Amino acid sequence: MWLSRPFRERSTQLFLGVLLAALAAVTFLNLALPADNPFHVSTYTVTLLGKYLSYALLAVAVDLVWGYLGILSLGHGAFFALGGYAMGMYLMRQIGDRGTYGDPVLPDFMVFLDWDSLPWYWLGFDMPWFAFLMVILAPGLLALVFGFLAFRSRVTGVYLSIITQAMTFALMLAFFRNEMGFGGNNGLTDFRELLSFDLRSDATRLGLFIATGIALALGYVICRAIVASKLGRVSVATRDAEARTRFLGYRVERFQLFVFVVSAMLAGVAGALYVPQVGIINPSEFSPIFSIEVVLWVALGGRGTLYGAVIGAILVNYAKTVFTGVMPDAWLFALGGLFVLVTVFLPKGIAGLLGYRFRGHRFKGRHSKRRSSAPDTSTSDTSTSGTREATA
Amino acid sequence: MIPTLPAHSSRWLAASLLSLGVAAPALAQEDPIKVGILHSLSGTMAISESTLKDTVEMLIEKQNEEGGLLGRQLEAVVVDPASDWPLFAEKARELLAQEEVDVIFGNWTSVSRKSVLPVVEELNGLLFYPVQYEGEESSENVFYTGAAPNQQAIPAVNYLMNNVGVERWVLAGTDYVYPRTTNKILEAYLKSHGVADEDIMVNYTPFGHSDWQNIVSEISQFGSQGKKTAVVSTINGDANVPFYRELGNQGINAADIPVVAFSVGEQELSGIDTAPLVGHLAAWNYFMSVDTDANYDFIDAWIEHTGDEMSVTNDPMEAHYIGFNMWAEAVRKAGTTEVDAVKDAIIGVSVPNLSGGYAAMMPNHHITKPVLIGEIQDNGQFSIVWETPSTVAGDAWSDYLEGSRDLISDWRKPMECGNYNVVEGSCGSGQAEAAAE
Amino acid sequence: MRMIRCFVPGLLLCLLIGLVPFAQAQNDDAAGQALLEALAVSSYEAKGEAIESIITSGDERSRRWLDELLDGKLQRHKDTGRFVIVLENRGRNWPVIDALSFEEAGEMSRRDLDRIGINNALRGQLQSALAVLDLYTDDVDDRRDAARELLGSVDAAMVEPLRELIGSEDDAEVRRLLEQGLAIHRLNEGDIEAIAELEGSLNSRVRAALNSATQSDDPLVADAASAALLDIEQKLRINSGLETLYFGLSLGSVLVLAAIGLAITFGVMGVINMAHGELIMLGAYTTWGMQQLLPGQPGLSLVLAIPAGFAVAALAGIAIERGVIQFLKGRPLETLLATFGVSLILQQLVRTVISPLNRTVVSPEWMSGSLMINEGLSLTLNRLFVLGFALVVFACLMLVMRRTRLGLEVRAVTQNRAMARAMGIRATRVDIMTFALGSGVAGLAGVALSQLTNVGPNLGQNYIIDSFMVVVFGGVGNLWGTLVAGLSLGVINQVLEPWVGAVLAKIVVLVFIILFIQKRPRGLFPQKGRAAEG
Repeated sequence: MWLSRPFRERSTQLFLGVLLAALAAVTFLNLALPADNPFHVSTYTVTLLGKYLSYALLAVAVDLVWGYLGILSLGHGAFFALGGYAMGMYLMRQIGDRGTYGDPVLPDFMVFLDWDSLPWYWLGFDMPWFAFLMVILAPGLLALVFGFLAFRSRVTGVYLSIITQAMTFALMLAFFRNEMGFGGNNGLTDFRELLSFDLRSDATRLGLFIATGIALALGYVICRAIVASKLGRVSVATRDAEARTRFLGYRVERFQLFVFVVSAMLAGVAGALYVPQVGIINPSEFSPIFSIEVVLWVALGGRGTLYGAVIGAILVNYAKTVFTGVMPDAWLFALGGLFVLVTVFLPKGIAGLLGYRFRGHRFKGRHSKRRSSAPDTSTSDTSTSGTREATA
Repeated sequence: MIPTLPAHSSRWLAASLLSLGVAAPALAQEDPIKVGILHSLSGTMAISESTLKDTVEMLIEKQNEEGGLLGRQLEAVVVDPASDWPLFAEKARELLAQEEVDVIFGNWTSVSRKSVLPVVEELNGLLFYPVQYEGEESSENVFYTGAAPNQQAIPAVNYLMNNVGVERWVLAGTDYVYPRTTNKILEAYLKSHGVADEDIMVNYTPFGHSDWQNIVSEISQFGSQGKKTAVVSTINGDANVPFYRELGNQGINAADIPVVAFSVGEQELSGIDTAPLVGHLAAWNYFMSVDTDANYDFIDAWIEHTGDEMSVTNDPMEAHYIGFNMWAEAVRKAGTTEVDAVKDAIIGVSVPNLSGGYAAMMPNHHITKPVLIGEIQDNGQFSIVWETPSTVAGDAWSDYLEGSRDLISDWRKPMECGNYNVVEGSCGSGQAEAAAE
Repeated sequence: MRMIRCFVPGLLLCLLIGLVPFAQAQNDDAAGQALLEALAVSSYEAKGEAIESIITSGDERSRRWLDELLDGKLQRHKDTGRFVIVLENRGRNWPVIDALSFEEAGEMSRRDLDRIGINNALRGQLQSALAVLDLYTDDVDDRRDAARELLGSVDAAMVEPLRELIGSEDDAEVRRLLEQGLAIHRLNEGDIEAIAELEGSLNSRVRAALNSATQSDDPLVADAASAALLDIEQKLRINSGLETLYFGLSLGSVLVLAAIGLAITFGVMGVINMAHGELIMLGAYTTWGMQQLLPGQPGLSLVLAIPAGFAVAALAGIAIERGVIQFLKGRPLETLLATFGVSLILQQLVRTVISPLNRTVVSPEWMSGSLMINEGLSLTLNRLFVLGFALVVFACLMLVMRRTRLGLEVRAVTQNRAMARAMGIRATRVDIMTFALGSGVAGLAGVALSQLTNVGPNLGQNYIIDSFMVVVFGGVGNLWGTLVAGLSLGVINQVLEPWVGAVLAKIVVLVFIILFIQKRPRGLFPQKGRAAEG
């Protein structure tokens, strides 16, 4: 069974081992130790770690398409946010009549805008199964339509990156509109409970953290499984030489579409887990700058390794948490400097620094050779450079 | 080794996060009173919020020079939520749970307040919110020292209607909740005063809108129908500069079509060449040009604090000045910084404002304020042309909105309710449940 | 407004009838003090009367007093009651001159001064009263403006004097405007023949008068007014079409300016420069800096800011190229990451070093206001200049790329780097020059944008995404593509905006770009030849 293959890989075993050990350790330190113990992990920290983990899952999703398919998506924030909105809508419906205006069905902002009934796209979100399905389906569908159009017409490279950016930008503007019925700039907030667990209780927070950790583990395994399968090898071939792969008889766009949709769904799940932990979803998650930041996490951790994406996401966000508190006036210098230094001096990211090379992970063959032997090409990106070689 | 890294790093992470909060104050003999400052210092809102951080720091310094509070020194804890709304919630949690601050002064945008609100309520903190806002909210833990719509919008429209003779209205705003609410209230108010539908034009634009050609041309078209026309602008911060420039260049001057703005203060004007804008209006509860000794002293202190002769003061700064003094007074009155005691003590506290009167904290956690209308001058200041004869108490729930007309807020015992329905005679169901817990 | 009516007619009348007040001079200080003293009251009605008595006093200083009153510079010392005129009203201490003798009086603290405030209504009427004086000046333009100002504010008392004035006026335009002013007055009195004189005028005040005439009790007048309006509106429709086109081209020119530098660094060099927006910002800040260096000369400083903005941004570009990008050759996507870091640093640098607040950039006189094509259509001057500037910058760039050695080398290096080097071109030098050129052009965009929008740390962020869209839509590596893409996106946006609103218009444009790229995956003008495959 293709899903079981990753468990035989040493890298996956290590990653899962570390992740689960960390989950267990944090849970233990949170529950078993008294609050005044220096090793006690407070619920505040647990929630923070949960947020990092959901970002990490998003980063894994980005790495899947960027690292293994060569598609630099500058719009993955859109899938993340759609998943988040699906979850947010469910949580809004769970508030019921406890809102400010006490309307049993309509969320506060709709009462406020004088809407007399729920718009059709809000129907069904009071049922958890439907909402959770939409967490996966909504981003999946968007990715399917978008990917179908883009891959069919062989939009590649920078053009693809920019139109993914246009997509998330357009969605951001749309969600900012109050008429859209998603709460406008204020977004969705003031959540009470999830599956009738009180979101403000420590136990729920810990539970969400663990759930996020497990989701990350599952996402990682799925990605590894895809990467290690024949599908994954075709993807890598597409990344390195799209035209050549096409001439070998592969329907490249189908592979691209499949991986892209899976990645979008993972991003959606990440968003859904993110929302209850931070307590708000708002159109700024659609902002192109956020999507670029996600790509930076992946680059920082090491593209095309999956675990690198996890490390990058956690590290950058941890740095952000610390710096915004310790040096509020100057943290952007530190963050900006970090991005510059890592890209210039650590082209393979932290994963590269660690010197770890698992089979099938690294950029193989001509790709890495090109880097060292021909440093002066000014072409645009990997997939198009493949085209050039094929046509040459 | 990669296998050890995540585990190692997360433990290290947890430990260092803890140490951040715990290490510093443990040494002090008498713990200082911690004042959290939650204003964006980077990102889009830094333009507005960074001066508020400086204001609170200045107030803390001054308080410390006078011997602190309850014999203890005050200490500012500054964090940067970076104009990122989820980060606001996270930083509020950091301030309350990790730093254990006694009070927070912060937020500017509505969405950041909405994001922080559940955290402050859950961890029972105190938040002083200094910006004019849309109302329709009353939280046990939040004190609204900025204007509610009835303390800004309605008096301004009254002035235009009665003193200027305006009959046609353009309600132009940025598309978010504050302009939406304000315009909704104003529409209802105008219609109740006999303004016809076709004499009201409503227009929303996105944040940071920079191309106003079409809209300004529409406004001038709308204004050439023979009736005196005015624009009521709830356009947010950054979008104002290109808007006013376009107005000036298309030759719309204040004598023809005056614009009254609710979000344009001295600080916004300091980024605009105001010569073409002379005569356009703004409604606030404070202007830097207010002619009182208290205000001149405040300005002198502010100039000294910033070291910039040209630095300006504005309405949200005054709101923080009032809020800070109210909190200090309540702490003195309660004899402790403990949140519940301060919350009870602060209702009814009255402190001087900068315009020569007093501001009192009402039971609905809003304060009393005078309403001033000013005309823009060529030096970026306002000349006050009208003011309410007495102060106006902030109204959490607007009388002009369906649904909130019947709600009142009173946080005194025994009612202790933010949305009491006077018709049904019951507190909103969510609150009732919370009280029962 | 109503209360002003009581004094203005009388005032206008006496101004019109031979300028009586200024005939006999009596500059008695005590009397002057008393006149000004009457202004220092809180009621605007009383102020209106005080202004009237100043005008009728015949004091030679009254024109100056009124001007200073209009500017809010006429102030009164709180303790001594002395009236002064403030020369500079920024900061805490203001230099003043005595209001009676106009002699220097040192500095006074703003704390001690009371401003004689006026409100809008008073200001408007005062302005039109002063405009009447301008009907007698020698300058034709001033007379035209004054006559235009009088449209709609003529009343019974002014009819006769104005008739006389028309008789003695040489300029046809002034005569026409005054006739129209009289016609509006007659229309308001219910004179149906006045409508014939107003027909075809595009002036907004004429339209306002006709509009109110349609509400007239006399059905004949109402019908005639409606018919005249219909005719006017037909003409306006053509106007508004032209106006929309202008708006679109203007928005487009902003997009082109912002994107054209990127078209060079990104399109030609393949560097995805996320700090491009911050280079624009540097150009805008240079304009501000120039104005700080040359206070009071906004025109000169703006002209100087053009080379300075180019230089500053180009130097910053060279620093970025040498410091970061040269290490990332052949890794274009990584340039995106590194330059994103640079953009964060630059933004925060501006916040820390200069200020997180927006800076004021003053528009020079010749860039404010608008160019009147006809009475219903005028083009805003600042945008007209930016449009022209964009085209000039574009033309210069084309010249550089097509006609200079640098351009030749750039094209050679872009097409085949190895071959170009083999031919003896120093590719590294060309890289630096290209990046400096692209950055410098971004700086020029900043100089232009400082005349349209905020100069603040967020300036760049607002343009970076649009810039990328324009370059990609036009076709990477093609300067013509950028020009056409920018202008057409601008026009599409502005044509859509009145129908669907600003937000939806932008969304529609974005969706249009996405779909367009599906149709033409390499943009509007795809690069041809081998280089394109790279």
